[in-house]
Amino acid sequence: MKDMDDQIPRTLPIQSATFTNPINAEIRRAAATGIYDIRGGGAKRKVPHFDDLLFLGASVSRYPLEGYRERCDTSVTLGTRFAKKPIQLDIPVTIAGMSFGALSGPAKEALGRGASAAGTSTTTGDGGMTPEERGHSNKLVYQYLPSRYGMNPNDLRKADAIEIVVGQGAKPGGGGMLLGQKISDRVAEMRTLPKGIDQRSACRHPDWTGPDDLEIKILELREITDWQVPIYVKVGATRPYYDTALAVKAGADVVVMDGMQGGTAATQDVFIEHVGIPTLACIRPAVQALQDLGVHREVQLVISGGIRTGADVAKALALGADAVAIGTAALVALGDNDPKWESEYQKLGTTTGAYDDWHEGQDPAGITTQDPELAARLDPVEAGRRLRNYLKVMTLEAQTIARACGHNHLHNLEPEDLCALTMEAAAMARVPLAGTSWYPGKEGF
Amino acid sequence: MQTYDLEADGLRGMNSILQAQSGETNQTSWEIVNPKGSHAIAVGLDAPIEVTVKGSTGYYCAGMNQQATVHVVGSVGPGVAENMMSGTVIIDGDASQYAGATGHGGLLVIKGNASSRCGISMKGIDIVVHGNIGHMSAFMAQAGNLVVCGDAGDALGDSLYEARLFVRGSVKSLGADCVEKEMRHEHLEILADLLERAGADAKPEEFKRYGSARQLYNFDVDNAAAY
Ligand SMILES: Cc1cc2nc3c(=O)[nH]c(=O)nc-3n(C[C@H](O)[C@H](O)[C@H](O)COP(=O)(O)O)c2cc1C
Repeated sequence: MKDMDDQIPRTLPIQSATFTNPINAEIRRAAATGIYDIRGGGAKRKVPHFDDLLFLGASVSRYPLEGYRERCDTSVTLGTRFAKKPIQLDIPVTIAGMSFGALSGPAKEALGRGASAAGTSTTTGDGGMTPEERGHSNKLVYQYLPSRYGMNPNDLRKADAIEIVVGQGAKPGGGGMLLGQKISDRVAEMRTLPKGIDQRSACRHPDWTGPDDLEIKILELREITDWQVPIYVKVGATRPYYDTALAVKAGADVVVMDGMQGGTAATQDVFIEHVGIPTLACIRPAVQALQDLGVHREVQLVISGGIRTGADVAKALALGADAVAIGTAALVALGDNDPKWESEYQKLGTTTGAYDDWHEGQDPAGITTQDPELAARLDPVEAGRRLRNYLKVMTLEAQTIARACGHNHLHNLEPEDLCALTMEAAAMARVPLAGTSWYPGKEGF
Repeated sequence: MQTYDLEADGLRGMNSILQAQSGETNQTSWEIVNPKGSHAIAVGLDAPIEVTVKGSTGYYCAGMNQQATVHVVGSVGPGVAENMMSGTVIIDGDASQYAGATGHGGLLVIKGNASSRCGISMKGIDIVVHGNIGHMSAFMAQAGNLVVCGDAGDALGDSLYEARLFVRGSVKSLGADCVEKEMRHEHLEILADLLERAGADAKPEEFKRYGSARQLYNFDVDNAAAY
């Protein structure tokens, strides 16, 4: 009998595409702990992205510029609409807002050093302005957030621009979170909170709601800062056309649009993966809004969320952005998720490239922590140099592409330089599928 | 006394003159006439000057005030003295929503009533309201004192941190994690001082104190319904 059984072909064990191992593990984790998963980073699922676009280099119909010989400018000015002192940057890649609290003091210093050396700006974050970052950043954008932690008029006046944060791509409609492990004495004092508590930041500004109020809030900030500095409005990408139009109507100088791949210091995984739209999908509608209002290039558009390479920069600009901002990539350049810490990642139950428990404050690379010993692992001078190099490489890469497309300024890149590899990307970026002159939604086909 | 006609001479001129005053100025007394509900009046001041606004204002009057005393002979719109750092702001009439929002310091006195979300996210400011306050007041209030001589609306002190709330009249309901607390001697002293500075005719003994139960400070699944 037993012999017979052995001869019957068995069905192979089949893993469910719905109940995958990661999903089941998450169900077990939720059942054991009673709390949702909180993590750092951005959406990890695959969504249509810049990788799904390609550039059409020059050939017979267009001629290219000579690499290294013919100029291809990279400068950008942000805040030309109302500010007396717009921000002038050498490169169109800025450092996105990341809070002191989420990041260590040395990490903030390194961001300032690297960005300044590359001729670009850094941004504060939830938790206020630290002397380290003000001191080491030639151009510092001061975030004005719902929590208003550490917010004060003296720092506001020290800023080179003000960014009103309405939302973030990782969590549009959500507030912030900084868990007790990271609330050190200094962080607690800056935020006027008891040490060691789980600190929640509000999802909405405490003293305004809606675009009409926002207009008055912008007026107040301008009055307090003598109309000197640009005022940005940052939104998480959800309804990019209307949000851009309303920000312009409210008087923004710059709109910052952050797609769903955008990183966060700590947010519920369910939020990161399921709320918001991909970066690729938000650029054309935002640009369309600016064009419809006749302010494209007068109100600048900064795009963020998953920008990694000079190709990404060039693609975002070709779709109509004026500049981009990077968060996660800047942290990686500093040393985040570096394989040299693999044995320590293993001890934390993770591996290089996957480490995202930034909220726990145990970062082996010493970046997303308030632990003095771990933080001391990051040399801000060395890390700043790495960031500078990386920013330079991105710029060179973007220039290489722009020259190949025949442009003498990165801002001359245009949608006509692009085609898409997939139907989804073609629809979102509104550029033709490769080898065709068609994209979904285009009239006349 | 310097007089500035807001209607005739404009907001920018007024704020830049007032912001230009320093500690050494001998022009310490200013009067703003014809405010007519304008927004952002006397914002970002940073000198020990006295500004009297003769009439009612719109949003964010005396926003981010430092050192100055701003007295509104009228009522104010939303966000009066928002993020105030120091100084004194006195409102003779009523205040709209978010009075004293996120204020870090100084004293805000409202002689009439204040609407909803009074003292939202306050971070060290003292607020004394002679009348009543609306719902969701002191939401996520972190530090400072909110004194209410009248009644408080629904959900007082929801998700409160370390701010102290004192109410003389009734409280329609308390928000999540806000509880009545024992009134100790030190609290009576704080109250007596604030009531006197705010010119409020009330006795500290008539008040009840409310504060954070501190149950939501660290996440606990058994409290999930309160989040
Ligand atoms: C560690 C970390 C902290 C952040 N803190 C803030 C913050 O305080 N305020 C904010 O508006 N965005 C914050 N962000 C989001 C970034 O500003 C930016 O939108 C995002 O990182 C861009 O996407 P990228 O990470 O893919 O480059 C944070 C991101 C990270 C990775």
